[in-house]
Amino acid sequence: MDALLPHHFLSVLIFFPLVACLPLFGLSEKHAKPYGVLVSAIELALVVGLWVLFDKDTGVMQFEEFADLVKQAGINYHVGVDGISLTLLVLTAFILFLLALYVSKHIKDMLICILLLEGILMGVFTSLNLIFFYVFWEVSLLPVLYMIGRYGVGPKVYSGLKFFLYTFLASLFMLLAILYYAHACSLALETPFNFDLETFNSVVLPPQVRLWVFIAFFVGIAVKIPIFPLHNWLPHAYGNAPVIGSAVLSALLLKMGTYAMVRFLLPLFPNVILHYFLPLSVLALLMVLYGGLLACAQKEMKRLIAYSSMSHMGVAVLGLYAFNVEGVGGAVFTMFSHGLVSAGLFILVGVLFDRCNSSKIVAFKGVAHLMPTYAAFFMVLLLANVGMPLTSGFVGEFLSLLGFFKSSPFMAFLAGTTIILSAIYMLVLYKKVFFGAEPSELYAIKKAKALNPLTCSEKSVLALLVAAVLFLGIYPKPLLSPIEQSVQVLLESLQGRINA
Amino acid sequence: MNPLISSLMPELDLQVLMPLFMSVGGGVFLLLLNVGKGFSKSLSVAIAGLILAFSVLWIAFYNPSTDGAGDFLTDGASLSGQLFIALASLLLLLLALSKEKFSEFETPEFYPLYLFMVGGFTLMVSTDHLLLILLGLESASLVMCVLMALSYKSTGIEAAIKYFSLSVLAGVFFVLGVALLYLLTGHLDLSSVGDGLRSVFFHHEPRALPLFFIALACMLGALGFKVSLVPFHTWMPDIYEGNNPVLAGFISIVPKMAGLVVLLRVLYAFLNTESFVIDNLYTALIALTITIPNAMALLQKDVKRMMAYSSISHTGFALACVVDGAGALFSYWLLFLITNIGAFAILWMVANQQDAQQNSYAYPYERFNGLVQTKPLLAMLSAIFLCSLAGIPPFSMFWGKVMVLEQVISQHQVFLPIVMVLNSAVSAVYYLRLLVAMFFKTPSANPPSATNATPPLYAVSTAVAFLCVFSVFVLRIYLNSNQA
Repeated sequence: MDALLPHHFLSVLIFFPLVACLPLFGLSEKHAKPYGVLVSAIELALVVGLWVLFDKDTGVMQFEEFADLVKQAGINYHVGVDGISLTLLVLTAFILFLLALYVSKHIKDMLICILLLEGILMGVFTSLNLIFFYVFWEVSLLPVLYMIGRYGVGPKVYSGLKFFLYTFLASLFMLLAILYYAHACSLALETPFNFDLETFNSVVLPPQVRLWVFIAFFVGIAVKIPIFPLHNWLPHAYGNAPVIGSAVLSALLLKMGTYAMVRFLLPLFPNVILHYFLPLSVLALLMVLYGGLLACAQKEMKRLIAYSSMSHMGVAVLGLYAFNVEGVGGAVFTMFSHGLVSAGLFILVGVLFDRCNSSKIVAFKGVAHLMPTYAAFFMVLLLANVGMPLTSGFVGEFLSLLGFFKSSPFMAFLAGTTIILSAIYMLVLYKKVFFGAEPSELYAIKKAKALNPLTCSEKSVLALLVAAVLFLGIYPKPLLSPIEQSVQVLLESLQGRINA
Repeated sequence: MNPLISSLMPELDLQVLMPLFMSVGGGVFLLLLNVGKGFSKSLSVAIAGLILAFSVLWIAFYNPSTDGAGDFLTDGASLSGQLFIALASLLLLLLALSKEKFSEFETPEFYPLYLFMVGGFTLMVSTDHLLLILLGLESASLVMCVLMALSYKSTGIEAAIKYFSLSVLAGVFFVLGVALLYLLTGHLDLSSVGDGLRSVFFHHEPRALPLFFIALACMLGALGFKVSLVPFHTWMPDIYEGNNPVLAGFISIVPKMAGLVVLLRVLYAFLNTESFVIDNLYTALIALTITIPNAMALLQKDVKRMMAYSSISHTGFALACVVDGAGALFSYWLLFLITNIGAFAILWMVANQQDAQQNSYAYPYERFNGLVQTKPLLAMLSAIFLCSLAGIPPFSMFWGKVMVLEQVISQHQVFLPIVMVLNSAVSAVYYLRLLVAMFFKTPSANPPSATNATPPLYAVSTAVAFLCVFSVFVLRIYLNSNQA
């Protein structure tokens, strides 16, 4: 066991949940939950094990595995993990464990989706072969489509299909870019097709095609994040998905996009990004401002959090363009922190939705009187979303903006308004939902017995999230130092390519 | 000896001809068997299946030590073509063991004829002699018409007549093309024809050029009909409509495989001339073959017609590889074969006697509403096949598309890859529509059920579903064995 596990650690991480979800098909609703929680707990334990074994003193790839699959077509299985991937693996395992614990409706189907996604996301965050990365990237759509289409609310099929087709078409362009890049590599190195990231890294595309390949790649990623103006699917998918679906979308699937930017766009196209720094930054800035303004105007809580996610990820994207350790490291940290916060916020909305079957802001008033613990949890996560110091939200956004400030102080200043904007929409939301109810209305709500206090599993899920948010806000070093090590390595490898 | 005969068969190499002899001989044996005793469906299926299974094994483990016998080739195209034809025929034959009794499978003639047809297609792919190809083409098409007409559906007769008249037309074109090629080059085997065309083209013989292009047009017309190259594809949906899903599945795979191999050989002779006119013409035809049926499939209300149009589009992907050595063609077709058999097996499982009575449109999308609630296993299987067909990784057609795109891109093409990618996205729409019906809609008053399902049917579809999920390994095994 000792010898075997480290060699195939990542494969176990990827394929264990995929295989472990099969028995779920045969289990009853009642037995499904303990089983699902157990499997995701084991997966979390494995990831923690990886964390312990991970050598935090270097930023290079570790636990690499390599196997030829279709040699003739250059399709290999190649996985590895560095500080950046590790952060996201921890996030995935943690969030999905909490969601498995939280899930209360359609337990079996939801758990199947959660476990499938768990394996798929592990694959996305560790793949070093671009075709395999693409496979995991693309197949992640299916469980989410199922969640939205089967168990969503409102025009769920429309929303699911819109989400699917948007991302599917955009990713196909990314596939084209990958294939074209591989073709250019095979021409430059005079080898057969090969999709390994190392091969890609060793070749710089000729300037005349670079831009087109970059655009195709960028579109595939931008739809996922979503970068303005490709965010059209976002309100529908988030708004009409079941709570678990929205949480997965914003906490994890969105991170796939920013991760792909760190892992592929930055190292492969640094000179394109630097050359088109202004338009790219303006797009990200629009994400921040436009997302924030739209969030202010929302009347439904899930949509509000969705736009808020878009706004916050804009800050992360800006941090990535900074090309320094603070910016990129901060962006990766923001991904982690935002994953925690947005999953928490969606679960909080879900708690209300479970009780009253609505997530409209006007449907609630004075909730703080009836559910004081709930209101407290909400407040902490709200402050983390706003970026209050001593919460995890502050560390990442501060570092991203600091890094970006070195490149463009003015735009960093504009992006800083995200904190003000999010304070506006979050606090207004809090005021409307939690405070100010007439006694008679309160009576009416209580009479309906809708707003029960939090259940035990809800409490534990929220307590774990809040604990993580506060811990990382006060002491971010355990996460930040491996990230910075790896970002350092990444940026050093970039330098040679920028001048090429 | 007659010079034609001697050129065809200088020596009789049984090893090379074995698959052909097995299917034809097996057909004769079955005929004789059914004369004496009363007809037994399961016995016929068993014997025919054994014969086909044996040919699959024979071809798979056949080691081409010689260059073939006379005009019978043992190159990669020939062996892969024979293998896929035998494999697909075997899997589809097993679907005849259904629960409900359909007239076409209850007649004793069906099974011998089926084997004769397989023999005809095997002959087509295993030779590069134009007359032998014609022999295979005609015998297989004729038998296929009979098989179509065996169904007592009125549209079955319609389909048979339609197919018959069109294949006669295609046959005429083929003969005309062969005659012109003979006129131009004085040869009937395609390798010599290729050399002859090359010299004709390079010497710019003014009188030869019109003949050259007429010959090309005839051959494209004849073979384009077989593989449903746009604009020779219009027969396809009606033929699907008139046949039960098993035969429709057969038509979507086997004749096309044979046609693709022949087209590969014939076009190679033409493309050998390195005329950019032909290159451009061919690229345009492929782009149309991928795009137009895709748009048509989007408009269909019936699943079987949708499958017909979409299979034409898939053929376009495979055809794109013909230009350059066809490395990816067989990989693509192998994966398509697996997936499409699965998809038609699903249609076959929900079939019932009323479909056979009904004139047309027996499979509207609404018929599958809420399948996941009534038949979860069936819905899961169909989800795998539909995701595969839509090219969603890691299922089968995704790898096929990657192989095709790799090959097309490595020819420095930019136009075709973009056309392919856009069409993949469009095709996802209509495959997803069926998935939406199955998974997201509520079942109607009489919910979909698996009236025709039997253990063999489940076994076949589960097996191919398994192959679809792990198709990257299928590809690996196929490509590795091909290289050895």
